[in-house]
Amino acid sequence: MITYIFRRLFGLLPMLFGITLISFMVIKLAPGKPVMLQYSLNPKISLDEIKRLEKIEGFDKPLYVQYFNWLGNLSRFNFGRSISDGRFVMDKIVERLPVTLSINILSLFLIFLIAVPWGIRSALKQGSTFDRVSTLVMFLLFAAPTFWLALLLMQLFCIQFGWLPISGITSLDFEHFNWWQKVFDIGRHLFLPVLVSGLAGFAGICRYMRSNMIEALQQPYIYTARAKGLSENKIIYKHALRNALLPIVTILGLSLPGLLGGSIIFESIFAIPGIGRLFYEAAMMRDINLIMAEIILVAVLTMLGNLIADVLYAYVDPRIRYKK
Amino acid sequence: MQNKSLNIGILIIGFLTIIAILAPLVSPFDPSVIDQDSLLMPPSLKHFLGTDTLGRDLFSRIVFGARISLGIGLVAVGIATLVGLILGAAAGFYGGRIDGLIMRFVDIMLCFPTFYLILAVAAILGPSIFNIMIIVGLTSWMGVARLVRGEILSLKEREFIQAEKSIGASNLRIIIRHLIPNAIGPVLVSATLGIGGAILLESGLSFLGLGVQPPTPSWGNILIESKSTLGVAWWITVFPGLAILTTILGFNLIAEGLKKKLGG
Repeated sequence: MITYIFRRLFGLLPMLFGITLISFMVIKLAPGKPVMLQYSLNPKISLDEIKRLEKIEGFDKPLYVQYFNWLGNLSRFNFGRSISDGRFVMDKIVERLPVTLSINILSLFLIFLIAVPWGIRSALKQGSTFDRVSTLVMFLLFAAPTFWLALLLMQLFCIQFGWLPISGITSLDFEHFNWWQKVFDIGRHLFLPVLVSGLAGFAGICRYMRSNMIEALQQPYIYTARAKGLSENKIIYKHALRNALLPIVTILGLSLPGLLGGSIIFESIFAIPGIGRLFYEAAMMRDINLIMAEIILVAVLTMLGNLIADVLYAYVDPRIRYKK
Repeated sequence: MQNKSLNIGILIIGFLTIIAILAPLVSPFDPSVIDQDSLLMPPSLKHFLGTDTLGRDLFSRIVFGARISLGIGLVAVGIATLVGLILGAAAGFYGGRIDGLIMRFVDIMLCFPTFYLILAVAAILGPSIFNIMIIVGLTSWMGVARLVRGEILSLKEREFIQAEKSIGASNLRIIIRHLIPNAIGPVLVSATLGIGGAILLESGLSFLGLGVQPPTPSWGNILIESKSTLGVAWWITVFPGLAILTTILGFNLIAEGLKKKLGG
């Protein structure tokens, strides 16, 4: 197991290199020079001054030198400063990361908690009214743009019924609440964002769970279990379910990029101060350093998510561990 | 065996395509004409789906939006499929180091949450319909590449390919005339699903203001107004979303039907 983890970790190095290379190429797509972009609006700066600044930042060197310089900075976690307020990009991201991560982890939990039993029920009662209605609902959910669902739910819960607050993660008088009120307040604010970001992956995992379960129930070992007279409960929950659950571990890891990508839209709809909204603001202001730092960060997070999923998979399924 | 999902899907998409092509004939109003006398009108006989904050007819805007959304979806998927086919076929056919390199590239591209990459490039290059088509296309070819590679890996060992090799056919001929046509079924299914995905990406991007720019109507950018009119004009939220939902549903149904037809 340990060797497996080390082998996988070692394999991440070339991936990391590729991620930074592609990100670097994206910055270089920008028409005009980065220094121009930053100072072109400032009338006090002369052309000579811009040349001098370019020299300081190393933009006059060949591309590959620039790339390795930049890589050197990255390895020291120096992503430069943000154009909008001059603060270090890293500090801006770190203070906003917890909100986004907790919303995404909560919705992963939610997906897992609801989609798995739902899929099992659908599979066990294949062809029943429940199964047919849920297949239809999943198909519709799969086709609905989630930001639209967010807008509809907002209309319903926040405006029509007035049950939930419309934006942010805390109320204005949050400071004066006691501990329980604080938890309740954050919960009320996070309810819709977590629900909506979960909906995106929910339909997919539900359908996947259903087909996995149906497939598992047709395996020879199920016949064996039946033949030796095991109770139906034991067959379903011990033999079929365990095997049907295995691939879900990987799917949850793979759904991470979708969840993180979704954060951009949800966080701007619900005005949540997370990295998605930060990225949106950075994109609107063409804040290159911040954009690059976040792209690399989410790519690395995704890579680690996949690694954790693979390690978990290897942990629960020894066949994977010993392959190769 | 009748294929219900394929038929319904083709019906939906065919209907939408005709509407998109005949947009100037179908829509009762000019989609960008501002009418101060009918701001935020609810659906009525004159305006089927109501009007927006500038008094523009929502139905006409959605009809014209169909052109943009379907167009972007088709072109983006065209690009993605082409790139995926070329890279996947090269990886599967040549194997070895080329395969390793291409598949590593696929793995790396899959690490980037697509939406971040798209938003970054859109922000840097500036949003335009042309840019969106290319960006969405170039960030969604990985699935096709994996699919084609897998298909070709298994086809390569089959007898008819060996026969072709033995009569001295060139590699390019084998790939283009024999391997790709035999692998095209699953690619078609994933491309159909991909159109829905591309339309979804475009609408999200336009909703954030980094996609199709107003006054050109797209389903995503019509929804921008819906946030400020949430309690006031439900029709602005409901109808463009329904248009997106219906379209994606249509493509998903076709994909499902094709899969069944191809025996998957």
